[in-house]
Amino acid sequence: MKLTLKIWRQENAKTKGKLVTYKLSDLSPDTSFLEMLDVLNEQLATKGEPVVEFDHDCREGICGQCSLVINGKAHGPEEHYTTCQTHLRSFNDGDTITIEPFRANSFPVIRDLKVDRSAMDRIIQAGGYISSFTGMAPEANSMPIHHDIAESAFDSAACIGCGACVATCKNSSAALFVSAKIGHLVKLPQGQVERNERVLWMVNAHDDEGFGSCTNIGACAMVCPQEVQLLDITRMNYEYNRAVCLSAD
Amino acid sequence: MALNAKIPEGPLKDKWQNYLAKTRIVNPANRKKLDVIVVGGGLSGGGAAASLAELGYNVKVFFFQDSARRSHSVAAQGGVNAAKNYKNDGDNVYRMFYDTIKGGDFRSREANVYRMAEVSTNLIDQMVAQGVPFGREYGGYLSNRSFGGVLVSRTFYARGQTGQQLLLATYQAMMKQIKVGKLTQYNRHEILDLVIVDGKARGVIARDLITGKIERHSAHAVVFGTGGFGKIFYLSTLAMNSNGSANWRAHKKGAYFANPSWTQIHPTALPQSGEHQSKLTLMSESLRNDGRIWVPKNIDEKRAPGDIPDEDRDYYLERRYPAFGNLVPRDVASRAAKERMDAGYGIGPLKNAVYLDFKTAIERLGEDTIKERYGNLFTMYEKITAINAYKEPMKISPAAHFSMGGLWVDYELQTTIPGLFAVGEANFADHGANRLGANSLLQASVDGNFILPNTISNYLADDIRTGKIPTDTPEFDEAEKSVKDQVAKLLAIKGTMPVDQIHRRLGKIMFKEVAMSRNEKGMIWAIEEIKKLRKEFWENAAIPGNENGPNSELEKAGRLADYLEIAELMAVDALDRKESCGAHFREDYQTPEGEAMRDDENYMYSSAWEWQQGEDWKLHKEPLEFTEVKPTVRSYK
Ligand SMILES: Cc1cc2nc3c(=O)[nH]c(=O)nc-3n(C[C@H](O)[C@H](O)[C@H](O)COP(=O)(O)OP(=O)(O)OC[C@H]3O[C@@H](n4cnc5c(N)ncnc54)[C@H](O)[C@@H]3O)c2cc1C
Ligand code: FES
Repeated sequence: MKLTLKIWRQENAKTKGKLVTYKLSDLSPDTSFLEMLDVLNEQLATKGEPVVEFDHDCREGICGQCSLVINGKAHGPEEHYTTCQTHLRSFNDGDTITIEPFRANSFPVIRDLKVDRSAMDRIIQAGGYISSFTGMAPEANSMPIHHDIAESAFDSAACIGCGACVATCKNSSAALFVSAKIGHLVKLPQGQVERNERVLWMVNAHDDEGFGSCTNIGACAMVCPQEVQLLDITRMNYEYNRAVCLSAD
Repeated sequence: MALNAKIPEGPLKDKWQNYLAKTRIVNPANRKKLDVIVVGGGLSGGGAAASLAELGYNVKVFFFQDSARRSHSVAAQGGVNAAKNYKNDGDNVYRMFYDTIKGGDFRSREANVYRMAEVSTNLIDQMVAQGVPFGREYGGYLSNRSFGGVLVSRTFYARGQTGQQLLLATYQAMMKQIKVGKLTQYNRHEILDLVIVDGKARGVIARDLITGKIERHSAHAVVFGTGGFGKIFYLSTLAMNSNGSANWRAHKKGAYFANPSWTQIHPTALPQSGEHQSKLTLMSESLRNDGRIWVPKNIDEKRAPGDIPDEDRDYYLERRYPAFGNLVPRDVASRAAKERMDAGYGIGPLKNAVYLDFKTAIERLGEDTIKERYGNLFTMYEKITAINAYKEPMKISPAAHFSMGGLWVDYELQTTIPGLFAVGEANFADHGANRLGANSLLQASVDGNFILPNTISNYLADDIRTGKIPTDTPEFDEAEKSVKDQVAKLLAIKGTMPVDQIHRRLGKIMFKEVAMSRNEKGMIWAIEEIKKLRKEFWENAAIPGNENGPNSELEKAGRLADYLEIAELMAVDALDRKESCGAHFREDYQTPEGEAMRDDENYMYSSAWEWQQGEDWKLHKEPLEFTEVKPTVRSYK
């Protein structure tokens, strides 16, 4: 295959970036999208030119480190794929492909396609945990949890924290990310003790980090690689309102 | 230096409790005077960082990803073992200990393995309390599955994302400690050297991967939870940035490296499809619970797998190992696949794969059950290959996966450098010559959460009056200079050969001669090839850009420079051990049926290699004494 790539190049958060065009040929449809960038980078390195910086690690869709907007779509053309799972068979010979970073005010560009997503860590720090220190735990089977509840908690817990929801949302909201963690923990009996503080702290941290508000468009759930459901956002809103009412008592 | 494993007195089953009863602990009021550096935010490092912070130490944790939640523990799929005996199938701590010792082909340290089995039950309790949504039965109690090499069901799982769920619990515990101010995290930082002051590990030199700045950090003790180095094979199930550099640099400062050549080649990864490939995705071993492995009986079979009737299929694991069938340990399964492929029965365009078939299981249990057990793996498979594995069998192939070898540690998980501890896959301790499935998440987690926090205090107890370790000392000057010099040297090469291409070539040499099947001639050849490639790297590697900012080629080059040395030690180690055991299969030492032939008389030891200036190594042997078990021929027939 032959492809024309228009890739976002930007030195750092303070400088202006621009799209730069590169051409590649002799690609196999079985090559993954990131392997295609490897090919480009090898060519650049051979010429002594700085390579295109992009984030990646596991290359199997689970670590959440890869983060590209491909032809305007977070993680590329296939629904519920990560960038690293995207293969060239999803494109046509001769295509021009635009590659940009995940864009959001809360995700400053580090260089080229790499962005800083530490705001998401800080939201988890605000309350996305169960405070059970090492050594405190009771016997695991002392608390039966209904099979369906455990499965449903897993559905929310599956979030890989990639930030595609933010990059897709026209408000740059991280509502799907935050609600996935709230959903995971609130569905489980272990998560009940900190239920109220958790949602208040996390939602406030989300707003403080400069993420936008959710206006129920649903684009996030369309791109989410783990298919986290919009219902989690609804649940988060319910939990938040409930906690506000209770704390007003 | 003679090796002292510091195994506590007493019968095996009492050793850990005896140790805990007698070890020194640090008064809670004194813990805030003590600093600990943890390198690694995975299950082992992250668990250690959170647990030490909870105890009241001042902890700094370093990792190279942008968030600790992305550490490679996240990729573990199948599950985590614990001797809970929830299935009433005769499991207990001793059986788990025995399975692990046998699985490791009697080449691990009894006392460590027993302790791992003993604390395994605590881990499940802890992970459940922290909110891990493990799979459950309809009555609400925890569910288990079987993994290779054992006859009981002791594996706990969260669909096919067990590592992710355990890691998230650990990560969240870390985030809580950051919030309360006991833990500081340094993301996108790579540790490039260890600083030794008066013979003790007292700090690290880090490179900030965003600014490129070289930083000094000091502490009273340093813990490495840096993971495995299987990426040395280039094609592996590891993450692209997994590396052996921190361990290697510590090795060059005096930490012995144990059993470096023992690499687990996992039998069920996706086959390579072409030259461009960068990664071999794992298909969890748990699939072998319900999937059957086969190749066609006819060497020139042309039919689609679905059209090949049972009588024309060779279920070679069931044929060769009737007792364990598809659930033989990984080394056995990988070698058996290699045997079939070498004989010409491999499938796929490159004849480099075998089938993993779910037809029988789907007929028996229904597609829904299979979907619930492995749904995400089937989805992952389809995303990569565009094949629906509910309809046709998966194609799988062996791939480099896990480093049984690593930094030598004693019972306290301390390396041969006082004050440097190693946890998780970075150490060598528990898996012997072959790791059993689902024992590694366990080992990483219990090392970090339950073992290290209780052993490091014995060391730190001497430091309550030491005060802060200054960083403006000649030792830090010297370590920083050597890191800066290396960066400058790499950038000065200005060659034309991309780093990944050299890495690929290294991988090919290693996979050919220092992987599933080894012989003397091949390893001597490999050592020569590695040396040539190392020379070529330093003369012609293409590393563009500069050091003042993100530079992924520079990062890769630094890691490859170390791999090119580790590779040689792996071959040296494999050459030295003239026996077959576990994953270390020497063609010159096998039974007439092609099974591994151990030599307990001469090789009942762990090899711990000491770096000698002038690029050579000295071998130290830690004799392995078995008091509770009798080493037998490991048979799964
Ligand atoms: C695909 C796959 C599937 C697996 N499935 C299972 C399974 O089902 N069950 C099981 O028991 N085991 C499984 N394993 C093995 C298990 O996941 C690992 O052995 C275990 O998670 C290792 O944990 P760790 O904490 O030691 O290392 P890791 O999780 O790899 O963490 C290493 C950490 O060290 C950091 N680091 C490394 N070098 C440096 C440096 N120089 N500077 C700064 N930071 C550094 C990294 O950033 C990272 O945070 C699997 C492994 C793979 C690859
Ligand atoms: S690189 Fe890990 S999810 Fe894509």
